[in-house]
Amino acid sequence: MQVSYYPGCTLKTNAKNFETSALAVLERLGVTARELEDWYCCGVCFSQASDNLMQQIAPIRTLVKAKESGNRQLLALCTMCFNTLKRSIEFIKADKDRLETIQEFMDREATRFYGDEVDVVDILSLIKQIGLDKLKDAIVKNGKDLKIASYYGCMLLRPKEIAIDSPDDPSIMEEIITASGCENVYFPFRTECCGSYQIVNEPDIVKTRAKKIIGSAVKNGADLMVMLCPLCYYNLDEMQLEIQKEDNTFQTIPVLYITQLLALLMELDLDIHDFSLHSVDPRPVLKRKGLL
Amino acid sequence: MKRIGVFVCHCGINIAATVDIEAVVKDLKDYPGVVFVQDYKYMCSDPGQNMIKEKIKSERLDGIVVAACSPTLHEKTFRMTVKTVDMNPYNCEIANIREQCSWVHKDKNEATPKAKLIIRSVVEKALLDEELEPVKVPVVRKALVLGGGIAGIQAALSIANSGHEVILVERQSSIGGRMAQLSETFPTLDCSQCILTPKMVDVAQHEKIRLMTYSELEDISGFVGNFKVKIRQKTRYIDWDKCTGCGLCIEKCPQKVPSEFDQELGKRKAVYTPFPQAVPNKPVIDHENCTYFKTGKCQLCKIVCPFDAVDFDEADKFIEEEVGAIVVATGYDVYPVLNMDEYGSGKLPDVIDGLTFERILSSSGPTGGEVRRPSDGKVPKEIVFIKCVGSRDPENHFPYCSKICCMYTTKHAMLYKHRVHDGQPYIFYMDVRSGGKGYEEFYQRAQEEDKVIFLRGKVSKVYQDDNKIVVCGIDTLSGTNVEIRADMVVLAMAIRPSKGVEELAQLLKIAIDQNGFLTEAHPKLRPVESLSAGIYLAGCAQAPKDIPDTVAQASAAASMVSNLFAQEYLLHEPIITGVDEDLCSGCGLCITVCPYDARILNREKSIVDVNEILCEACGACAAACPSGAAQQRNFTDKQLSNMVKAILS
Repeated sequence: MQVSYYPGCTLKTNAKNFETSALAVLERLGVTARELEDWYCCGVCFSQASDNLMQQIAPIRTLVKAKESGNRQLLALCTMCFNTLKRSIEFIKADKDRLETIQEFMDREATRFYGDEVDVVDILSLIKQIGLDKLKDAIVKNGKDLKIASYYGCMLLRPKEIAIDSPDDPSIMEEIITASGCENVYFPFRTECCGSYQIVNEPDIVKTRAKKIIGSAVKNGADLMVMLCPLCYYNLDEMQLEIQKEDNTFQTIPVLYITQLLALLMELDLDIHDFSLHSVDPRPVLKRKGLL
Repeated sequence: MKRIGVFVCHCGINIAATVDIEAVVKDLKDYPGVVFVQDYKYMCSDPGQNMIKEKIKSERLDGIVVAACSPTLHEKTFRMTVKTVDMNPYNCEIANIREQCSWVHKDKNEATPKAKLIIRSVVEKALLDEELEPVKVPVVRKALVLGGGIAGIQAALSIANSGHEVILVERQSSIGGRMAQLSETFPTLDCSQCILTPKMVDVAQHEKIRLMTYSELEDISGFVGNFKVKIRQKTRYIDWDKCTGCGLCIEKCPQKVPSEFDQELGKRKAVYTPFPQAVPNKPVIDHENCTYFKTGKCQLCKIVCPFDAVDFDEADKFIEEEVGAIVVATGYDVYPVLNMDEYGSGKLPDVIDGLTFERILSSSGPTGGEVRRPSDGKVPKEIVFIKCVGSRDPENHFPYCSKICCMYTTKHAMLYKHRVHDGQPYIFYMDVRSGGKGYEEFYQRAQEEDKVIFLRGKVSKVYQDDNKIVVCGIDTLSGTNVEIRADMVVLAMAIRPSKGVEELAQLLKIAIDQNGFLTEAHPKLRPVESLSAGIYLAGCAQAPKDIPDTVAQASAAASMVSNLFAQEYLLHEPIITGVDEDLCSGCGLCITVCPYDARILNREKSIVDVNEILCEACGACAAACPSGAAQQRNFTDKQLSNMVKAILS
């Protein structure tokens, strides 16, 4: 099975370990994710500005590339990229005039894109599509003692037009965790906002939220937290040390991309994990639980 | 040729301001077939009608055209008028020169010629109109009431008290419906069962009412005044003629299952009556949970029954009846909490719906009326009520207001406070809708006397934290986020039409609206009739409503039934589409297009027969008929083509 792969900016920098672990896991599951030859910015939050068509051009150009790649599915690992790319499709499909205006700017593209030719897919849905049985078969290590808190954030679940699961009570991550042999820890803040870009101007907001989210996962007995969004990852991982500086009773917890956990359980090459990218070092917990 | 008179109405200035009446009168005077034309300021007034009567006689008119407002308004008026001077009412036609002419034009030069053409075309129709007599239909003076909740009970008693026979069909083994589950009722706080059970007993004892519980409507045919119905009596496995309701079988039954009546908080046996005051107070065996049916062993109930009433081999019975009218009172269900992902998807035991809380409050309920939460039986010291859950949420759930939640939630908070004096109730609301006699006062009382805290805003999240239920909401009046660590949460879930109503509506050929409720014939003027003649609506099956409104609607439906039964025979519009036997080839095209099943193939004669009573004169068959055999009376092809010619000339 082959899908096209759109990395986006973060996956090539801060979230390098997400990319390497995800691609390795997919390879083990028999999926080749071929990176687009040429790709543009996904548009980030700018493409969601309500009145500016111009800012849709970058994501649409990427989708044109995806169409040209010949693969129906375009994997976006970063949840922000997933969200904006998928919403761009909805955006042009909702209004023919928008589509036409945008196409007028596609003077360097040989291919026309109408919205239905490419399916943007996230890695959770892709793993489910491959089959949880196949995932189970690929797991080598026993994760029975490992209690996992799955954190969704918002980008995969909102708005509902592009949501991959219920925005308030999703289950897809837990299903994957169950299939991987680990134990799920339910905590009430798994879909709560991490504070997002407030980290730039109002880091205290993020700090408060991180404390609430992490605190709840710890209280419910989690050993590890897994997620997919590089921004949530940054906010929830890095902020923990800041919180601990102010509150020494605060208990930290390692944060991993879900694909890192799967890679560890599959005993893939350890080089794909750059543990130096973590603020809260996951290695002590991983060693204790026999994953390292 | 017929002698046609034309009467042109000014309708004050409604018509006269944009139509040159004088010119119209002059024009019509010369039109072939027209022997008399007269205008008048208000034709529908008494002097106007009298003038028509006089002129029909003096001018020896065979038919008239009244050029005035829409026929929906006064066609009936003028037809009654001509009838008094022995003209066949169907020789009176209306030319609509108000709604379709004067009101939609500003320019007199445009409106006047158009008015002329409209009237001319109707004159053409009148020239070929036949004299018609309404079709007489006999009436079976027996009613069928579907649903044995308070709506059905009220309707059945009311019809029976006017001396007509009633069959009351209820799908549960007892009548009583949702009202039997309620604790106390707003705004008077009288006990629901205390006011309901006497009525239930009245139903059971009424000589005119045949009570058929544990039964459902299986099939129906016929039409108003003459329905043929088939009712399925579901297998009870207990012969109710032998059973005395002693309850020994229930006592000995080893199998316990969650009680639907107690919203699954309590238990019942596999052989059971839904509640102790059930009417009829006789048990049924729940096939799905019965040990004998599951394992082939047990039969304890059969062994202990002193009257040999238990019969495991019993099968469904079918009863056929003829009835003249039907009241649909199938009630409501509560939208399940599991649809509310933000409120725990039904996984949190102490987050319950309002109906479940009714059972907790009920003195005959699983806690004997003490407020105890389901998870650990603890008395909740802080309790949060959330209103509009699923209602007024067009994006995710339902757009409508469930109407009763404002009042019952207020009542819940009040009753809670009456039982847990040191407890604190909170109510999150979007609006407080307390329209109704004594309702606003009730709401004020809850705030002032019972210190219920009302918070205006929605709740975004409800989650379990240790043994508390944390409610995260917003108080939009103070603009602050609110977090309450409560012991229990009660959700005022949306009211839904009861399960199976869609299939029932299909069976009865009555409409349901976009939300699944039964549709009334007119939202204001015909609120208890369905669009199918002879089928009436009552209670929450039509829309969410409280007990007083339900009783009022049920009484109104019963009164409509009595009106129907008071008539010697029913009259059906004679304007139907017949069959010219000489032209009909029996191709059956008209049968496939008829929405009323009014056309039947007569294989012997190889033609189509028409049931004149079922035909509603929609004209679909006339349009489909390839040979012109299907002609709608007084709307024949000839008439229509003459009308078109008159307009195009």
